[in-house]
Amino acid sequence: MAIECPCHEGLHIFEDHFYPEIIDPDSGRVLPEGQEGELVLTTLSKWAMPMIRYRTRDITALVPGACGCGRSLRRMRRIGRRSDDMLIIRGVNVYPSQIEAVLLEVEGTLPHYQIILTREHGLDQVEVQVEVTAQVFSDRVGALEALEERLADTLERVLGIRIAITLVEPQTIQRSEGKAKRVIDKRGQT
Amino acid sequence: MKIQQLSIFAENKPGHIAAPCRLLADNCIDIRALSVADTQHFGILRIIVSDPNQATKVLEAAGYVVKPTEVLAVEVEDRPGGLARILSAFERTAINIEYMYAFPFGHGERAVLIFRFDDPDAAAQALQSAGVNVLAKNELFNR
Repeated sequence: MAIECPCHEGLHIFEDHFYPEIIDPDSGRVLPEGQEGELVLTTLSKWAMPMIRYRTRDITALVPGACGCGRSLRRMRRIGRRSDDMLIIRGVNVYPSQIEAVLLEVEGTLPHYQIILTREHGLDQVEVQVEVTAQVFSDRVGALEALEERLADTLERVLGIRIAITLVEPQTIQRSEGKAKRVIDKRGQT
Repeated sequence: MKIQQLSIFAENKPGHIAAPCRLLADNCIDIRALSVADTQHFGILRIIVSDPNQATKVLEAAGYVVKPTEVLAVEVEDRPGGLARILSAFERTAINIEYMYAFPFGHGERAVLIFRFDDPDAAAQALQSAGVNVLAKNELFNR
C-alpha cells in the first residue's frame, strides 16, 4: 500500500486506494500530521472486502511537506515497531514470547532477560541479555560458551535470524513493577 | 583430600572482580588462591577461601551466582621441572585436566598447583600412586 521513492525519505502511500490515518493507540484519537502513532487504513477501491479504519498495529508517522521526487502522494515513515509487542527486526516479525519460549526450552527455567535493539550501518542489531542462574552456571568457560551457542542456535532456528546472546550477572537487568520491560529499542537513537 | 573451590560469574567490566573480593574482605574471609578465566564478555572468578560455606552464603546474599567445585591441590618444589614431573603422572592415564593454576607457597621454596579434573577421585589416586603429595585443606591454610 506504499512504496519508497529514490529520495528515501519515507514511503509514498497509494492514496487513491488507501486512506491513511495516524491515531493514538490508547485513546483512538486521530493525531496531527508528523506525530507518531498507530497506522489506520481505510480502503477506497476494494469492493469484495473493504476495510474501514483497519488498525494495523504498526507504529509510524505521516511525513509532512512535499517530497523531493515530485510525487504528491503523502509519505509515511518506515515501520520499525508495533503497538502490540511484536518487533520487526531486519524485516522479520519477532514476538518476545518466541524468545522467551527458547530461553525456557534451553535453560529449563525462565531467566531474567532483556532484548536490546540497535541500528548499525543501517541494519537492525539484536542482543538478548540473559542473567546467569545457578542452574546453568559452570566453573568452565567452555560450558558457558556452549550455552550461549545453544541459545543462539535455537533462536536462529525459531526466528530465522541470528541474535547475539550476552550472559550478564544476576540482578543486573532492571526489575520493574508490574509488566516487565523486556524490550529496549534504541534504533531511533542511532 | 579434595578442596572446595568457589566460582563466581563476573561480567568483563571494570570493578566486577573487585566487588566480590571486597565483600569477602568485609567478612574476614581469606582468599588463599585465585584465578580468573576470561572471555570477551564475561569472566569466571575462581577462588579457594578459608570458609567456603560462609563465603557462599555472603556472596549469594549479595546476588552472586556461586558454584562449588572440587579441585585438587598438589605441592611441588618451586624449581625447573617441578610441574613437568607432576604432569607426567597423567600422561599414561586418560585423565584430563579441565584447567589449572598455581601459586608460590611456604616462602617461595614450594609451589601449589590447583587442578580441576572431570573425575577428581581418579586423579587423586593417580597422583598418589605416582608419589605426589596431594594437600588436604588444612595444609593449604595452616602453613
